[in-house]
Amino acid sequence: MDKTISLDEIITLLTEKYEGYLVKVEDSLDAAIRVKDHLFFQVAKELKDEHGLDFLTDLTAIDLEEGNYRGIYHLMSWKPYRLLRIEVDVSGEEPWLPSITELWPAADVQEREAFDMFGIIYDGHPNLTRILLSEDFEGHPLRKNYITKSRRK
Amino acid sequence: MSIAEDKILRTEELTLNMGPQHPSTHGVYRAILVLDGEYVQNMENVIGYLHRGMEKLAEARTYPQFLPYTDRLDYAAAMLNELGYVQAVEKLMGVELPERAEFIRIIMAELQRIASHLVMIGSFALDLGGFTPWMYCFRDREKILDLFEMVAGARMTPAYMRVGGVMEDLNQEFIPELKKFIDSMPASFEEYDNIVTGNEIFIARTKGVGVLTAEKALAYGVTGPNLRAAGVDYDLRKVTPYGIYEKFDFDIPVFYNGDSFDRFVIRIEEMKQSLRILEQAIENLPGGPIQAKIPKVIRPPKGEIYHQIEGSKGLLGYFIASDGSNKPYRIHIHGPSFVNLGALPEMCTGLMVQDVVTTIASIDFILGEVDR
Repeated sequence: MDKTISLDEIITLLTEKYEGYLVKVEDSLDAAIRVKDHLFFQVAKELKDEHGLDFLTDLTAIDLEEGNYRGIYHLMSWKPYRLLRIEVDVSGEEPWLPSITELWPAADVQEREAFDMFGIIYDGHPNLTRILLSEDFEGHPLRKNYITKSRRK
Repeated sequence: MSIAEDKILRTEELTLNMGPQHPSTHGVYRAILVLDGEYVQNMENVIGYLHRGMEKLAEARTYPQFLPYTDRLDYAAAMLNELGYVQAVEKLMGVELPERAEFIRIIMAELQRIASHLVMIGSFALDLGGFTPWMYCFRDREKILDLFEMVAGARMTPAYMRVGGVMEDLNQEFIPELKKFIDSMPASFEEYDNIVTGNEIFIARTKGVGVLTAEKALAYGVTGPNLRAAGVDYDLRKVTPYGIYEKFDFDIPVFYNGDSFDRFVIRIEEMKQSLRILEQAIENLPGGPIQAKIPKVIRPPKGEIYHQIEGSKGLLGYFIASDGSNKPYRIHIHGPSFVNLGALPEMCTGLMVQDVVTTIASIDFILGEVDR
């Protein structure tokens, strides 16, 4: 496989291969794809092994309200420089995503952070515990329904 | 059982808490070491003591209001944090900057990189028992902080950059003072080399200690000087120049051993390259406005952006999701120190306790950025 093909070509290849499960995110400033959660691990592995997007540069999540969350991953390759965002929608009180620590040890601390802040369960993570907040902290503060108390009077 | 057998020394594992009030942990960081004698069997990071919930705070602030908060992420490299943030917002809004603003930003960013590296090499030597180099480094860093005070009014937390430009133009004394600083640095480098780099004790304690190979570094997401000390020439300023870095002629220093010594020396070399950039920036500094025309209330269009810059410690990324209002829907800050610290247990396992101190110092993390 050619590991230097452009992002557009990669996206075309993937959308054809996983038709119905993987779409290109239109009107996005960065190149981005959205993939169904059960295929995410496979797609990430494929991008790493076959398309040379082998550097996990960022992992986070976002609360879309009403119990919907989105896992956000940024993969990149250094030379040539390419940056691809992968979005994975999940929902529920205990949203669930496959862990990618197997592919990138870099995901370890970042998945723990996302678990801490959003309560997303990363299945397969070796040590999914709170990282920035204390263990007895209640709730997940970056959820939109977590209201911070104002100290202003 | 014979008496002799009973007297055989038995060893057992010892769990040692290092930190959070340990001076060599560079702030409130704690490591739980499992020791077999002097050797580290296992290591666990405990962080979060400095967590202020920056990302949550951002959701209740307007875009300009969040700017001063970025100063408090990596508080040894405030200008670089600001640069990443304002560039991300500008990318989201599609703002074009006047050239003078771009040049001023580069001057500030490279000065800040030097200041940050000076903290690193000073505190590294201090951790290994050398107090004098610390004073030398802080003497030189003070000159940079004076320059920041001159333009922004603050030394550590300047809040100098703005979406669309910078706060204020350089005043008359700035460029002459900057030139004086640049001229003073070669003599300082010689001093650092004489007192630290060539020091026998320093070499004995750092060479071959805490090795991080290129494969490991990339797998753990380690970036910046720590990666380049392992033989990989990845620098975002060259790979995909942001701002106007493509206009400057500079080299990316690379070292190949990936040990603590290389991580130290590479920072001195990087400072030399930053000085080259500064010289070129002064020479080509254009006139003109310092602020682009932007709306009074900043409301980036709906959308998401990920922007990363080469910070002093590695890739500093900002993920901003905008819902079209004047407050960000979500800001995620990818602090390089946080990820670099994730590789530390792997690097320290098998080392002696004294080498753990060396390795921690050589990674150069700032807890403000780790805990956010």
